[in-house]
Amino acid sequence: MKTWIAFWNILRKDMRNYYLKPPNISWGIIFPLSWTLMFFLRSPVAVEVRDLLPGVMALSILFGTTSMLAVTITFERKQRSFERLLMAPISLNLLMLAKTGGAVLFGVANAFIPVLFASFLTDLSGVRWGPVFGGVFLIAVTSTFLGLFIAVAVKEVFEAQTFSNFFRFPMVFLCGLFIPVQDLPAILQPLSYILPLTYGADILKMAVNGDGHLSMVFSFSLLLIFSALLFGLSTNRINQKWIS
Amino acid sequence: MQAFWACSLFTRGGMAVNVIEVKKLSKVYDNKTAVDGADFAVRRGEIFGFLGPNGAGKTTTINMLTGLARISSGQVRIMGQDYSSGVKKAQHLMGVVPDESNLYEEMDGFENLTFCAALYGMERKMREKRARELLEMFGLAQAGQKPFKAYSKGMKRKLTIAAGIIHQPEILFLDEPTTGIDVASARQIRKLVGDLNQGGTSIFLTTHYMEEAERLCHRLAFIVEGRIIRLGRTEKLMQEAQKENIVQFAFQGDGKKLQQLEERLPGVNRVEQMNESTARIYSSEAVDLVSLVDIFRENGFSLFEARVIRPSLEEVFVNITGIEHGRHGSGWAGAVAEEEVEIQ
Repeated sequence: MKTWIAFWNILRKDMRNYYLKPPNISWGIIFPLSWTLMFFLRSPVAVEVRDLLPGVMALSILFGTTSMLAVTITFERKQRSFERLLMAPISLNLLMLAKTGGAVLFGVANAFIPVLFASFLTDLSGVRWGPVFGGVFLIAVTSTFLGLFIAVAVKEVFEAQTFSNFFRFPMVFLCGLFIPVQDLPAILQPLSYILPLTYGADILKMAVNGDGHLSMVFSFSLLLIFSALLFGLSTNRINQKWIS
Repeated sequence: MQAFWACSLFTRGGMAVNVIEVKKLSKVYDNKTAVDGADFAVRRGEIFGFLGPNGAGKTTTINMLTGLARISSGQVRIMGQDYSSGVKKAQHLMGVVPDESNLYEEMDGFENLTFCAALYGMERKMREKRARELLEMFGLAQAGQKPFKAYSKGMKRKLTIAAGIIHQPEILFLDEPTTGIDVASARQIRKLVGDLNQGGTSIFLTTHYMEEAERLCHRLAFIVEGRIIRLGRTEKLMQEAQKENIVQFAFQGDGKKLQQLEERLPGVNRVEQMNESTARIYSSEAVDLVSLVDIFRENGFSLFEARVIRPSLEEVFVNITGIEHGRHGSGWAGAVAEEEVEIQ
């Protein structure tokens, strides 16, 4: 059987049904804009757009992917349309890759909206675009898989939203997006290093401004490990719980 | 196990006669047995009815056979291949219509069908052609561009069935296909199910409507508390349920004299008056209607109508499942039709 047809059509259906809807597109534009403006308005000293860019990009991906995936999967389970996918003759891994693929693409697209805005406001020369793309992609993957992990743990759509926030808001402050991890209280720093976004944000900082504090190879490796771990745990849970 | 398959798999011209064969199938959830050692086979080209009260294990059985639930123990063979360790690789052979329509609300009828076809790896041109054919066949061509959420319940059921057969499966699982829809739509769906079966699709059907099962199914299995307590051809089960011959007649005459006729009617066990002009004769022998009319006339009665009453499947169901009396499965407990259970 041509499984790629099933894979592509699941991904395309999710993009059309969920991610490319006007409210989500406007969210993708308004969200990074609001964060950037907030820093401009609140900061007593002059703020460099370029300094803010890695944090805003990481934040846009995190908020664009985690809850979206958790909500869409929970919604489909509630509607029982997810059963239709489970009964299709494709492997669970491929099915979940197709389901998460849409969210990953949406996250990547969200990340580049602040870049587009920034390109009008500041000089982006010297940015290492290769690591930026790699970092953005892996942040999108880990955030999406975190959403998947959340989706497996909840039953109701509102729980998915609430549970997503339980993870996301601490990550905004703990992962060095706007406050460097080294400046956090020592007691909180271990928490930062168990969150994948810390490594993604560090890659972006290093690639955009050269001011990350971890080796890129180390950060990329950890993001890959986090991705594999979250995906493995989630599909395993789906296998145990949803095909019980 | 080898022996079981060796003796049970009967093939005709290289094709498995049974599209599904199940032996000692069980499902245990949290120490609770939902399905307990089910044995049955669905034959190629038949409509197999799977009946039982709510919570009997019907949906759990379907879930195990379609890959939505893991098999705790037992053997499953689909189209002659062993899938006891998981049916994933047999899912392309199946179409499933769940008890609730579960297509995508935002997508229109045509998109829903083509999406379902894509899940089975069908090429774009083929899936679009097939979707148009099915919309036409199910009388939904005019509604093909409408979102699913705008469909009536009956239309939703029809589209869900169309989605279940878009990839032309060998076996179609229909879980309560007419529950909760209007009479006209239910009749259309029954006709479609019959037509699909005529076209060669083997169908595994669960329903709460006994008349539907009686009309559509070639064979029936009754499941109660996870155990199959009876299995057999529909007409055979109906015959077995008929412990007495019953003749109902409409008459004119003195109803009080009816009891006196009991002795004059050969083989009649009793006569029961239903109302002032209707009565029933219960007999252990076949009733000769011509003699009956003569005896009634001789005793001053006029008969307008006389007909043999056959038990409905509902009565068979109640008798077998014991559901009306708060008992389960005592009607023919221990009398599972063994020749039927022993596949082929």
